[in-house]
Amino acid sequence: MVEYLIDRHSGLSPYLQIVEQTKRALRLGVLRPGDQLPTAREVVQATAINPNTVLKAYRELEREGLVDSRRGVGTFVRRSLAKPQTVADSPLHAELAAWVRHAREAGLDREDAAALITIALDSGFAGPAPATTGTAGTASATHTTGTTDTDKADEEPG
Amino acid sequence: MSHPIPDPADHLADDPPALEAIGLGLKYRRQWALRDCDFRLPAGRICGLVGPNGAGKSTLMSLAAHLLTPGAGEIKVFGGPPGTPAARRRTAFLGQDKPLYPRLTVAETLRAGHELNPGWDQEAAERIVRHGNLSMSARVGGLSGGQRTRVALALALGKRPDLLLLDEPLSDVDPVARQELTGLVLAEAVENGTTVLISSHVLAELDGVCDYVLVLGDGRVRLAGDVDELLVSHRRIVGAHEGDDPVPELDGHHVVEVRRTGRQVTAMIRPTADLDIDWDVAEPTLEELLLSYLRSPDAPALFTPGARPAAGAGAAR
Repeated sequence: MVEYLIDRHSGLSPYLQIVEQTKRALRLGVLRPGDQLPTAREVVQATAINPNTVLKAYRELEREGLVDSRRGVGTFVRRSLAKPQTVADSPLHAELAAWVRHAREAGLDREDAAALITIALDSGFAGPAPATTGTAGTASATHTTGTTDTDKADEEPG
Repeated sequence: MSHPIPDPADHLADDPPALEAIGLGLKYRRQWALRDCDFRLPAGRICGLVGPNGAGKSTLMSLAAHLLTPGAGEIKVFGGPPGTPAARRRTAFLGQDKPLYPRLTVAETLRAGHELNPGWDQEAAERIVRHGNLSMSARVGGLSGGQRTRVALALALGKRPDLLLLDEPLSDVDPVARQELTGLVLAEAVENGTTVLISSHVLAELDGVCDYVLVLGDGRVRLAGDVDELLVSHRRIVGAHEGDDPVPELDGHHVVEVRRTGRQVTAMIRPTADLDIDWDVAEPTLEELLLSYLRSPDAPALFTPGARPAAGAGAAR
């Protein structure tokens, strides 16, 4: 089960926040196939956001083939988005963690580092996806971003 | 939850709207409190009712609850007049004064709700009371304003209405209970497919809560319709312009509001074509959009498709 945390001042619509938080949970393995999503009632009661927003987000997840809704039972995860490359002990994560260490040693604060990462993401994901190498160890740095965006490349079945 | 996941748009076409006003008007003495109001609220929506003091919000709610009768035009609840026993059974109204009997206990108040309402849902009513750690044996007269609001909400939701009218319901509730009570109302609404019309002065509070909005100003409808459609069709733009002459970047677009501070120009517009300008362009938040309309009483009224009564419905005018 996941708990949605809706930030009303993030500038991101609650609808997208639910979709993205679900996908993040699917990528990180927090949600696995067969797991149940909270009911609309539960989400609405906990977050005080519009029920139609929750249903719209669930419909979008269903449309993308990520969840299934079963009559009178609930909404269940159909497939995971977890890739071996995105889990916390993956080589890509280690590379990124090392980079963050270097950035900090070089005197950057958190916002400086985040700005650099954003720039790298924007340029690295600007064009069409490069051919994947298939193995986590040799993957380029652009593959480390699976947890932060909804790029089409991440929605291919793994 | 059922399959497929319900879409409020699904029953928009066939079902009668939860609320429909056609040329609706009401005069207090010589002053129109509400005038020439045309709008429709499809069933299953959570609609925010917004407007400055004296805009006609409470009048509209009272007309829908059949506490007042129209001076002009008509108002329909689920396709019929609001005064019929069926319509009254389907409608619950929580006004600003929250009339409760101070000498009754919470339990006795709910029992009265049970006796008076055939479809009474004791479980839902008790759930709302318990969430606030209220004792069922406490006397209503000894409760705080926020606690009384909770009991009044329990009464309104226990009735299991199809249309719930909430007039500034949470004005005397602390921020934590506010979020919690909003969540409870929405949870009951999603369970029963209730249409909710909720008025509030706190615009930020409606953001994310409402999927429909009705803005009144000076007794007339200023803005009505689906929130997503309204947000998508507006842009908040910020840029620089020297001098006092008209800003060429705004040419040809519907301009809701323009504000100038020195060289900076901030505008809320409804673009008529693709915006190809060098300015900072963003989709507004609901709060920004509502504020723009409230600050610009002369901006023309805007309805999204479906927010206006069907053509010909106004024949009675």
